[in-house]
Amino acid sequence: MGLTNSSTGIRAVDSGLEIRRQTPEDRVVALAGNPNVGKSTVFNGLTGLNQHTGNWPGKTVASAQGFCATRRHSYVMVDIPGTYSLMAHSAEEEVARNFICFGEPDAVVVVCDATCLERNLNLVLQTMEISSRVLVCVNLLDEAKRKGIQIDLGALSARLGVPVVGAVARKKQSLGHLMSELDRLIDGKIETHPLQVRYLRPIEDAIGIMEPLLRERFGERINPRWLSLRLLDAEPSLMEELKIRLGKDPLGDSEISAAVLRARDALAVQGITDANIKDKIVSCLVLTAEDLCLDTVACERNGYNTFDRRIDRILTSRWAGYPIMLLLLALVFWLTITGANIPSQLLADLLFRFQDNLTGLFLRIGAPDWLHGMLVLGAYRVLAWVVSVMLPPMAIFFPLFTLLEDSGYLPRIAYNLDKPFKKCSACGKQALTMCMGFGCNAAGIVGCRIIDSPRERLIAMITNNFVPCNGRFPMLIAMISIFFAGAAGGAFASLLSALMLTGFILLGIFATFAVSKLLSVTVLKGVPSSFTLELPPYRRPQIGRVIVRSIFDRTLFVLGRAAAVAAPAGLLLWLLANMTVGGQSLLAHCAGFLDPFARLLGLDGVILTAFLLGLPANEIVLPIIIMSYLSQGSILELESLNELYALLSANGWTWVTAVSVMLFSLMHWPCSTTLITIRRETGSLKWAAVSFLIPTLTGFLLCFLFANTARLLF
Amino acid sequence: MNTNRSLRDMAPGQTATIRALLSTGSIRRRLLDIGLVENTEVECVGRSPCGDPSAFLIRGAVIAIRSEDCSSILICS
Repeated sequence: MGLTNSSTGIRAVDSGLEIRRQTPEDRVVALAGNPNVGKSTVFNGLTGLNQHTGNWPGKTVASAQGFCATRRHSYVMVDIPGTYSLMAHSAEEEVARNFICFGEPDAVVVVCDATCLERNLNLVLQTMEISSRVLVCVNLLDEAKRKGIQIDLGALSARLGVPVVGAVARKKQSLGHLMSELDRLIDGKIETHPLQVRYLRPIEDAIGIMEPLLRERFGERINPRWLSLRLLDAEPSLMEELKIRLGKDPLGDSEISAAVLRARDALAVQGITDANIKDKIVSCLVLTAEDLCLDTVACERNGYNTFDRRIDRILTSRWAGYPIMLLLLALVFWLTITGANIPSQLLADLLFRFQDNLTGLFLRIGAPDWLHGMLVLGAYRVLAWVVSVMLPPMAIFFPLFTLLEDSGYLPRIAYNLDKPFKKCSACGKQALTMCMGFGCNAAGIVGCRIIDSPRERLIAMITNNFVPCNGRFPMLIAMISIFFAGAAGGAFASLLSALMLTGFILLGIFATFAVSKLLSVTVLKGVPSSFTLELPPYRRPQIGRVIVRSIFDRTLFVLGRAAAVAAPAGLLLWLLANMTVGGQSLLAHCAGFLDPFARLLGLDGVILTAFLLGLPANEIVLPIIIMSYLSQGSILELESLNELYALLSANGWTWVTAVSVMLFSLMHWPCSTTLITIRRETGSLKWAAVSFLIPTLTGFLLCFLFANTARLLF
Repeated sequence: MNTNRSLRDMAPGQTATIRALLSTGSIRRRLLDIGLVENTEVECVGRSPCGDPSAFLIRGAVIAIRSEDCSSILICS
């Protein structure tokens, strides 16, 4: 649920190989590593930035850059997406490989997870084949220690031939050693002799045929041994990239292509073909890593400890798995609603009292009526609404959700829900992108990059909008507490609200499944693809950090965005409501025009207008509705949330209207940021249009059915 | 001993050794990347509530794999 400036699509564009140096002397350092080894934590620790972190593989899908300096050098750190390998099977791996290979970084820091070092060494070995300026950072030493894993860093460094430092990235001071070693590496004070993986004899012979020639042609730019291997397995995407980077096709050189042919022939004699050469290469890498670990890692117990096992047995059990998911969801909502109630009221009181002061001030300085109307009744009042309705729920919801995220529970949700997704020919990781959607749909769309199959990725993008983002949450909460929970009263009120909200979310999830299924039997036909999902060890969330980060990075960011849109929208609205044509305000014209159609959906013209005006940000739909009713002549002064009910029912709202509004809020067009993100991620206007139409039509249909059934029955 | 036993036949709690990898395409590479080569020891550590996918302990990491993919990973126990 990475909801920060950089992940909502505003700056999430892959900067690829474009490095922004502050000064020409800046050294460029790539941070590589397997997914979920704490790479982003190292990055944040070093640069002081706040790249979103969480305990699940695939959070960092775009490269991020940051600066840090030691006494000797200044560095540009590049956080590249986590990968298991550099053989480029997916978009992220391509980004990682291209950067390490062609981005000419001054050094590559490979961050490893001490609790499963063996698998991580595979990437280290591959990186060392490309670059000799490699520094290995063994992270999560504290967790390894708890699990009874001991790593002899000195011996590992001696075997690998590159510097190895230990770290506990959560504790910033442990990164000091990393930086001092990096300085020494850059200054050439450490000599590296990267361990060369020895492949099977026939492969080594084949390399021998090509390497001298390649050294002669490209020796200065690309490691010839690595290039020999790659020409043998001939990955198409790499061949393309080589053409671009080297300015010519290496296979276009007749001598080289002849050497490649000779090498292939020699391999074929030994029974190694195009079909199995990659296997042989990878096996050698894995076995080398295994061998390294035998000598350097002492493990008292198994990596997957009893504590994790016990928790997993409960959280993913046949009987308790789903109920616990539901319960957690409901609990989060209940805490949000209960906790937000009183602060919301207090904030509203405070802000509206201040509005009176503002009005007083305007009167005192003799400001004209229209100015007061525009600035105070227009801009300020909408702003006050947005703040008091949105701030408290978000300030509670985000930290709670971040706690779940940091603990490592989200991949378990994906694990539990994979079968239903498979039934819909989709991918279980879609559950992770939906979780991100709770924060912000645009972030959810970017997160869809963790899904490898393009077809399944598209399905996840198109359906992401069925999960209400934080911009729509407050609206849902407000509707429930005004129209439903109020009647129950007392302690039941918040419980009822939480249950209703959970019900609505489940409806959204159900819609996700239904539409996913529909898409995979129509326009996005296909069978579910293979997938692997890593279930990381549980980690104790850093509660203090979670609270601070989720307030600053998420809550205030979202609020800022809402305010930035809400204030001008309030202004525009005031103008629309006060500029008259033919005796009626523009707003009334617009609402009147939409009214007949809106009535069919159980809404009214004002509501539909508000949703349309809310395209830039869903946060402002409710404020627009309120403003419109207030400006339509009713003199009602809203000073507390309770009076909202009076205002809405005075404008003809019943519980049917409320449910219709909630349904429509759950299912209508995505906000403009999300649409732009979809357009960018898919590279096609068509899919952005589909993503606009599908939730909208679903919403129309559901609202129509609900409103008319309800009218008939009640 | 049944020679065609695959990862799919493992029940939670059982351990086995990888005999051959029949998967093809991108999943094959993915499996190799996470260290699932011949002679690797794996342990089945759990199953999703719906019975699929299952989770395996592979070289220190817990990885969930769908049953279709499991059936092309042969084991000897």
